[in-house]
Amino acid sequence: MLEDKDRIFKNLYNDFGSDLKSAKDRGDWENTKDICQKGRDWIINEIKDSQLRGRGGAGFPTGLKWSFAPKEVGNRPHYLVINADESEPGTCKDRDILRFEPHKLIEGCLISSYAVNAHVCYIYIRGEYINEGAKLQQAIDEAYKDGLIGKNSSGTGWDLDIYLHYGAGAYICGEETALLESLEGKKGQPRLKPPFPALIGLYGCPTIINNVETISVVPTILRRGAKWFSSLGRERNTGTKIYCISGNVNNPCNVEEEMGVPLKDLIEKHAGGVVGGWDNLKAVIPGGSSMPLLPKQICDTIKMDFDSCVENKTGLGTAGIVVINNDQDIIKCMARIARFYKHESCGQCTPCREGSGWMWRMLERMAKGEASREEVDMLMDVTKQIEGHTICAFGEGSSWPVQGLLRHFKKEIEERNNFNPLVNTGQKNPYLVDQHLLEKENA
Amino acid sequence: MSIKKISKNQPEKFEFNNESLKLANKIISNYPMGKQQSAVMAFLYIAQRQNDNWIPLSAMKYIAKYLEMPYIKVYEVATFYTMYNLAPVGKYFFQVCTTTPCMLRGAYKLVDVCKKKISQNENVVSNDGDISWMEVECLGACVNAPMMQINDDYYEDLDEKKLDKIIENIKNGQNIEPGSYKGRKSSEPENNRITLMDSKNA
Repeated sequence: MLEDKDRIFKNLYNDFGSDLKSAKDRGDWENTKDICQKGRDWIINEIKDSQLRGRGGAGFPTGLKWSFAPKEVGNRPHYLVINADESEPGTCKDRDILRFEPHKLIEGCLISSYAVNAHVCYIYIRGEYINEGAKLQQAIDEAYKDGLIGKNSSGTGWDLDIYLHYGAGAYICGEETALLESLEGKKGQPRLKPPFPALIGLYGCPTIINNVETISVVPTILRRGAKWFSSLGRERNTGTKIYCISGNVNNPCNVEEEMGVPLKDLIEKHAGGVVGGWDNLKAVIPGGSSMPLLPKQICDTIKMDFDSCVENKTGLGTAGIVVINNDQDIIKCMARIARFYKHESCGQCTPCREGSGWMWRMLERMAKGEASREEVDMLMDVTKQIEGHTICAFGEGSSWPVQGLLRHFKKEIEERNNFNPLVNTGQKNPYLVDQHLLEKENA
Repeated sequence: MSIKKISKNQPEKFEFNNESLKLANKIISNYPMGKQQSAVMAFLYIAQRQNDNWIPLSAMKYIAKYLEMPYIKVYEVATFYTMYNLAPVGKYFFQVCTTTPCMLRGAYKLVDVCKKKISQNENVVSNDGDISWMEVECLGACVNAPMMQINDDYYEDLDEKKLDKIIENIKNGQNIEPGSYKGRKSSEPENNRITLMDSKNA
């Protein structure tokens, strides 16, 4: 278990309050000026050495991302955009950072803006987080008043303005290019990449986009050193991470732990165990709803970091762990996730717009036992038609959970849905409502 | 994609009042010169707040003129995002999260209570005109499931009885308290916290 002294978010449970004074007592804003004076290259190299990977889901190395920004500012200004549009089902870590550790985020904004030559930073926060946004705004006002940001921020000679921008309940705006569209006052529909936002982003200017948690850990890494951060976890999967454990556990909670902590430890030690005991475990979604679920036998041994999740054909994602026990109907649970994706598809690409609805309707029928045998394979086919055929990663996000279900619980679906097309039963029925199922070869 | 119903009863005219204007001008200054279109989302919120939590079409026209952008672009934004109400809602607007993490902990029982006590269908204002409810997707408080949002605040760790009590309190004109209804603080584990113990005892 991670020792308390190595935890970055000391106020995760709001024991101290989130105001500037108590944040300073916890070490925030201590030597921000000295850190910035060591220079851009030092900051970026230190972040590269720490092997910090983005905490928003994709796990892209942060230092590398920063180094994509043009070294010199040309005739277009640079922007830093913070993605606080946390909407992945199962994830609620950024909410606690925004309301309890806002100064870690603001200090991170200053250092990162300095590193990527940005004078303006926008924080795109999801619209439902009204109170969290108000807390953050309060912290920003405090920081302005104290001269920590604004003109000559913290005495570094760097000017920085931070603005909040509220979203309005669209999951897709968590995708970075959709977020930029939304910031520009349009519908949140993702852009084609390339060009990547690091070169052509907000208003056509170079833009670096990072998750709240990524930016919030930056000041602590620079203060305690890349060596300390990379000593936690293992190669390429370093540092600490806030895990959100929800679903059928006795004490659902957020907890900061070392990368690579065993999943069983997280559930048993921190979340009070599965409801009904470990043997009552059915499956776990390890990284927010868009990551494929894992059956119990894998949960027994898996370690929670990026690479071990990929080895098990899933992903760490946002580390939103959703525990599902045997009292639940797993097909129904996944049908509900499919409904989420159907609701949230932005409608730009046909495979995703239509396919997400097909998947939802098929799964609903499968949950009731009304689907035919052939449809199980057809569902897999639909997921393969969506995956990789869309502009953004939403296509993967919506089809992976269904693929996970089919990979691990196909038997259960087939047992429940043993209805065969009418023709096969030998009945002479004049209305072949499901004829299309028989004509696969001709399709 | 979601379907949005636009109210049939539209007011003819809409204008920002002084308070809204002040807020609007402040928000426009957050964005670079010539990029005032970025403020459209915030403007729609301001209009919604001024107009009893829903946005009439005349407000969209007003905003389009204000920000010098085509009306259809404002309309696009207002219909794309789910948080803009285009028809009247109750004074207390219940949004019940029913996505899987909440569903696992009994969100549909809360929906049943809403159906019984408020209105059989979503988005129908209750007879006394105070409450309406709808199902929404993940609100991002999964470790405090099941939960719902009433106007601006989150109500967490609910069950049927507690929700019943909340509705009763509203009907009796009493105050309702946001936050966890299990008495726990934020998102810490309920009764066996084993991390950050020094801070807990501090």
